[in-house]
Amino acid sequence: MCLGVPMQVKAIENDMATCEIDGVQREASLMMIEDVKVGDYVLIHAGFAIEKIDEDEAHLTLKALREALDMGLAAE
Amino acid sequence: MKHQQEYRDPELAKLQLQALHQMVSEFDGAMTFMEVCGTHTMAIYQNGIRSLLPDKIRLISGPGCPVCVTPVGYVDHAVALSRRPNTIVATFGDMVRVPGSSSSLLKEQALGATIKIVYSPLDAVKLAEKHPESDIVFLGVGFETTVPTVAGAVLTAAQNQLDNFYVLCSHKTMPGPMAALAGDPELQVDGYLCPAHVSAIIGANAYQPLVDAYKVPCVVTGFEPLDVLQGVLMLAKQVVAGEAQVETQYRRVVKPEGNLKAREILYRVFEPCDSRWRGIGDIPDSGLQLRSEFCRFDAALQLPVDVEDTIERKGCLCGEILKGKIRPTDCPLFCTVCTPEDPVGACMVSSEGTCAAEYKYGGWSIGAGGW
Repeated sequence: MCLGVPMQVKAIENDMATCEIDGVQREASLMMIEDVKVGDYVLIHAGFAIEKIDEDEAHLTLKALREALDMGLAAE
Repeated sequence: MKHQQEYRDPELAKLQLQALHQMVSEFDGAMTFMEVCGTHTMAIYQNGIRSLLPDKIRLISGPGCPVCVTPVGYVDHAVALSRRPNTIVATFGDMVRVPGSSSSLLKEQALGATIKIVYSPLDAVKLAEKHPESDIVFLGVGFETTVPTVAGAVLTAAQNQLDNFYVLCSHKTMPGPMAALAGDPELQVDGYLCPAHVSAIIGANAYQPLVDAYKVPCVVTGFEPLDVLQGVLMLAKQVVAGEAQVETQYRRVVKPEGNLKAREILYRVFEPCDSRWRGIGDIPDSGLQLRSEFCRFDAALQLPVDVEDTIERKGCLCGEILKGKIRPTDCPLFCTVCTPEDPVGACMVSSEGTCAAEYKYGGWSIGAGGW
């Protein structure tokens, strides 16, 4: 039930956003988050954006994983 | 699918597993980690993660499937409301097939009740606007991820001055049951994979009291396969080092303090109350009820109905499964009389129930026998 879908904000009108993933669009309420702008990625749950996705943190998580991979390959 | 696909890379998964096997190879003993959230249970089954882990690491499923932990009496109450004239029950899909004492919402629908499956609580508010002649009862089930969305719907209904929108509340909160299980002497949990999206709301700091009281490692973990493997790796690292702390693997979404705005909306509308969990029992302050200023939206108060006496299904071991004490295959009903087509217990109904996941991904079929 707690599934959330990362979607990109395509348009904002009042407190509602049009969000998109893989060409599928949905309306979502922005009641719960602040400072969101077109182009941001947000996590959509039950018709609401419940959090913004932090691009810097996403990048750092993946970078750490890939660095580990590189070290692993080097060790082989 | 940005922010999803990159966390499903099999090459990276292989490397994570190598690191994990290496880390625990020297470790003397075994580790049991509980994935608290039903969405984690699904991710673990769907990706076959359990079979890839070292033998020393055991994953058990916990009480984080909202539909599964909702007591039978709540389903009976919803069934009774669905029998009222001019009433529409609006609900997330999973609740429809959950067996009550003598019926289910699906059976009531076949008998003429109006049951609408909605994607968002706001859809239930729209139903109320569209059908002023009917009472709309939304089934308020779910944890902190979902409750703010229900609070948002109540605020919208109040703003639009709707007098035909109601919520039947059975909302529950974390980490109360995790503390209850951590203190259970029959259950040895060496670490928690903490729920991803509940934590987006409550924040990683919410687990600190649990860590302080029980010295059990907690890692807030995302739902993609690489997230789960990294979460397990972080827990194993803590266990090997003899540490217990709160860490966040799912940093792209979860902040230490959580989502303050969502919590403000949640607590503007709801207040803590004691709550009954299927399998675990009553836990103080682990539920949420509408505040008195919003009691006109409370279906339990405003729409009185006679609710039948609760009858627990004989032989159903959902309670033990929700505590992580047994696996689905340990239940004599699993795959014999309890199947997704004809479920006996809620864990077989919900798309994130442990038994439904075991049935779907464990290669079972009707009559195969679960033991």
